[in-house]
Amino acid sequence: MAKRAAPEVNAGSMADIAFLLLIFFLVTTTIETDSGINRKLPPTDEVVDPPIIKERNIFTVVVNKDNRLLVEEDVMEIGELRQAAIAFLDNGGGSGEEACDYCQGKKDPSSSDNPEKAIISLKNDRETSYKVYIAVQNELVAAYNDLRDREFARLNPLAGMTYTEAQKRYNDPRTSADEKGKLKPKLDEVKAMYPQKLSEAEPSKTN
Amino acid sequence: MSKFKKKKGGDLPAISTASLPDIVFMLLFFFMVATVMRDSTLMIQNSLPAADQIQKLDKKDRVMYIYAGKPSSRYADKYGNQARIQLNDKFADVGDVAAFVLAERASKRQELQNVLTTALKVDGETNMGLITDIKQELRKVNALKINYTTRVGDYTQNMN
Repeated sequence: MAKRAAPEVNAGSMADIAFLLLIFFLVTTTIETDSGINRKLPPTDEVVDPPIIKERNIFTVVVNKDNRLLVEEDVMEIGELRQAAIAFLDNGGGSGEEACDYCQGKKDPSSSDNPEKAIISLKNDRETSYKVYIAVQNELVAAYNDLRDREFARLNPLAGMTYTEAQKRYNDPRTSADEKGKLKPKLDEVKAMYPQKLSEAEPSKTN
Repeated sequence: MSKFKKKKGGDLPAISTASLPDIVFMLLFFFMVATVMRDSTLMIQNSLPAADQIQKLDKKDRVMYIYAGKPSSRYADKYGNQARIQLNDKFADVGDVAAFVLAERASKRQELQNVLTTALKVDGETNMGLITDIKQELRKVNALKINYTTRVGDYTQNMN
């Protein structure tokens, strides 16, 4: 029997397959972007007449040079910080005009009146390590995000996402302007309920 | 009487290589897209701390980077092992930060000059003193939007 030659493979569609793969990878690959905790620094001009803030509306967090935490005059482990901050922000101890109808806290009169008034004051030492500082910042932001998630879910039960997810979608440049317009009032509403008031004191010097 | 006539002759025909350029181009494009360009070589140790409550830092043209950390082993004998600031490709002092921010700002397009974010890429082992000094400098030149760039991870990774 004669040896038969293999027929030549038609390579005309190879380019199409290549482009198909190319487009697939183009669509699915995301270029790695940096991410981190966003903060806004206060402007330098001194406030002439600083507003008077009640002691009970301030939640003081001090990180010393040995990276230990002092929260409201008590030593605390960082694992408990988030719960403590939530308890403080969500306390809602005020009455009358300062009452907070959505807070679910203990309404302790010695803690914050209203989330809109509650201020977290963070103070660190010059020798505090940066990673501990970031961990503390992370936990404080997490406290705000937890509360905002809760309120967002209560106000928008049909949204199908949490506050943090909604915020991420809002910041995503790929989200359509139409959807952003719908998300913005919902986000702003929750943000106004738990405004992020995080003040940083100038660090203490150790020498 | 078959319709499919058998070809005669023995040699295997050469496989067509006409599509090879396509494949090569495809790979080229893929790598072009997936590669992140690093614009400055790091002269410091830069292991970022971990955090999980983070926001993405999009749009590279709106960001300026300030690096800080201990000089890496190659530079340690020249620059010591105290944490230093790196701006672009050079070690810098705290006093240089303001000038750097102003120069970066001037190099951006007019409409972006007010929406710039400063990304602080600082090594986890740095003391807060240096970072506070940087922040004070940033306040002086009104660069108020900052981002502490972190890795994605649980905060407990920072505690050891």
